[in-house]
Amino acid sequence: MPQLRVRGLTKVFGSHPRRGVELMQEGYSRAEILERSGQLLAVADVDLDIEQGELFVVMGLSGSGKSTVIRMLNRLIEPTAGTVEIDGESIEKLSHAELRSVRQRKLSMVFQHFALFPHRTVGENAAYGLKVQGVPEDERRERAIRALETVGLGDRVDAYPSEMSGGMQQRVGLARGLATEADILLMDEPFSALDPLIRRDMQDLLVELQEDLDRTIVFITHDLNEAMRLGDRICVLKDGRVVQVGTGPEIIDDPADQYVADFVADVDRSRVLTAEQAMRSALRTFKPSDSPREVLDWLDEQEFNGVYVLDDDGRIVGVARDDRLAAGLRDGVRTVSDVLVDDYASAQHDTFLSDLAVLAAHHTVPIAVVDDTGHLLGVVPRAHLLAALSNEEGAVDA
Amino acid sequence: MHNVLLAQDGFPVIPIGEAAESAVDWLTTTFGWLFRGIRDGVGVIVDVTESALTAPSPLIMTVLFVILAYIATRSWGLPLFSALGFLLIHSMGRFPEAMETLALVLVATILAVIIGIPLGIFASRSERFSVAIKPILDFMQTMPSFVYLLLAVVLFRIGRVPGVMSALIFSMPPAVRLTELGIRQVDSEVVEAAEAFGARPREVLTGVQLPLARASILAGVNQVIMLSLSMVVIAGLGGAPGLGATVVRAVTSMNIGMGIEGGLGVVLLAIYLDRVTAAFGREGRGKRREQAASTDEKSLSDAGDEDDQSGEGEEADQGSESVKTA
Repeated sequence: MPQLRVRGLTKVFGSHPRRGVELMQEGYSRAEILERSGQLLAVADVDLDIEQGELFVVMGLSGSGKSTVIRMLNRLIEPTAGTVEIDGESIEKLSHAELRSVRQRKLSMVFQHFALFPHRTVGENAAYGLKVQGVPEDERRERAIRALETVGLGDRVDAYPSEMSGGMQQRVGLARGLATEADILLMDEPFSALDPLIRRDMQDLLVELQEDLDRTIVFITHDLNEAMRLGDRICVLKDGRVVQVGTGPEIIDDPADQYVADFVADVDRSRVLTAEQAMRSALRTFKPSDSPREVLDWLDEQEFNGVYVLDDDGRIVGVARDDRLAAGLRDGVRTVSDVLVDDYASAQHDTFLSDLAVLAAHHTVPIAVVDDTGHLLGVVPRAHLLAALSNEEGAVDA
Repeated sequence: MHNVLLAQDGFPVIPIGEAAESAVDWLTTTFGWLFRGIRDGVGVIVDVTESALTAPSPLIMTVLFVILAYIATRSWGLPLFSALGFLLIHSMGRFPEAMETLALVLVATILAVIIGIPLGIFASRSERFSVAIKPILDFMQTMPSFVYLLLAVVLFRIGRVPGVMSALIFSMPPAVRLTELGIRQVDSEVVEAAEAFGARPREVLTGVQLPLARASILAGVNQVIMLSLSMVVIAGLGGAPGLGATVVRAVTSMNIGMGIEGGLGVVLLAIYLDRVTAAFGREGRGKRREQAASTDEKSLSDAGDEDDQSGEGEEADQGSESVKTA
């Protein structure tokens, strides 16, 4: 069961939201609904399943409805239609008191402009969620300090937010979100207001923290590179609708429509796509006991210079290269195993193409993609690598 | 005979004045007990306040005013001014009158704040109430103050109470308006943050909105004080004691000397009250500065490096604003 399950989530702003929903159900677009009824369809029929421990990125340009989506997850904005379930518990029917309790226990939030309380110290800010829960002051302060330490601000407990830089203020915002130990962390464009170097630091910090904390994070951004860098999965929103949900490589590799394709056109593909997207299964492999003549004939036929030789378990033993095979035949070698070389490079399925490009230059055989125990999963020929790096649609499949 | 009164040109005359008169008559007969109650209650409060202010000798009161000025401003300018000002009032022989006026101002202000701030809070949360109350506040502020005084004298008879009541009505609008404005100006993301962590509406109000609206609310209180001072002086016409009565007496007897003395007393009192309350409104800023100065060097240099973001020079009470622009 996903930790967050969203079905048909819809928000219409205006005087007659129901009318907007009806028009949406009749299949009208946002612009048409606005023209016909004056209602703004901010979010339209969004379905999401977000698993425990996942860093789920919702990406879209301004006006795509992403901020509205995240605010409906904790009902800061009341949905017009649809359901949000947290751990199987539907939140839209909760009373105010029950909703507050869910917000206290299960959700916390980090904001675009930090939204710190300027009249409270850094420590009091970090402890705010605990204060609301009624945690006694001593424990509250202790837990706030612990949260501040995880973001590297353990020594600034008694400072005021106004004395800090933007990056440090957002660290406080993050500590406030972490201090309550809520399962789900909602992050509304948390790094957009920061300058690029600080943003990079904060992204690194988040990735590092997430390794230990294993929270479920819903992360809003308009920055595709940020989405690719952080997201386990990415949801692309356009005009309030979900256009595509998938991992970063999936989205780049197979954009759902022209909008997403245009969007991802500028992404540095070599740093997002991995061997998995560029590899194919090996056309043929040989065993160490095969005869050199058979291998050489096959290589001649295929006009290849070398081929992988695997043991019975499918692990790479070495490479049979045509020049060595020919020399071996002259010397009367009987099995391939006697002429093997280790003239090959191997990579994991999640190795970035930028790293594969370096390996590809030096060897006669395609790069081997192996699993943790050395089994051959597939190979990445140079042509495939180049095709994957070029952003022509469908090039990878060619 | 005539159902509709016609003016000379045949245009119908709507007898608003007569209607108002009979409305007031009806009020005084029907709610006489209420007005008597208010008169007695407010009268007692004013008496107590006045005795408290006039009981100590003028010199002791002057020392107290100087101390208050120092607490408010943490500098010597205003205390020096207030020492000279109150001693001047004393030497003109107008000190008791000044204290009587001050008592009326204090009571009117406290009542206006007690009523006005909750109305402002309510207006900030309810669009409908905000829209409904706006024309009423406009009416209260623009109706000539003499008319209030007239009405108050009819309802409460002459003396202190009509002075306080007309000052209360005349001075309350800024308390409502600036409370509403201050709360509405609080960064909506900061309010959302409190709500997102599950704070109750009351906790959001007292823990976030009111503290951050503080500067605006105190600016409203400052306005209330100044307006009620001006009204309390006019209330001299309705028999209210104090500097107003002095000025009225001077006007009716064409006594220029007495008029100047009374007027000067009002001016000195007004400047003192304005500066002290304005200083209390800025107090948060001073505090924050001191704290910033007492933190270690590193934090100071950080704050300096990121001046555009941390907005060191911004008013602390507008911290949310500076965060927003960062």
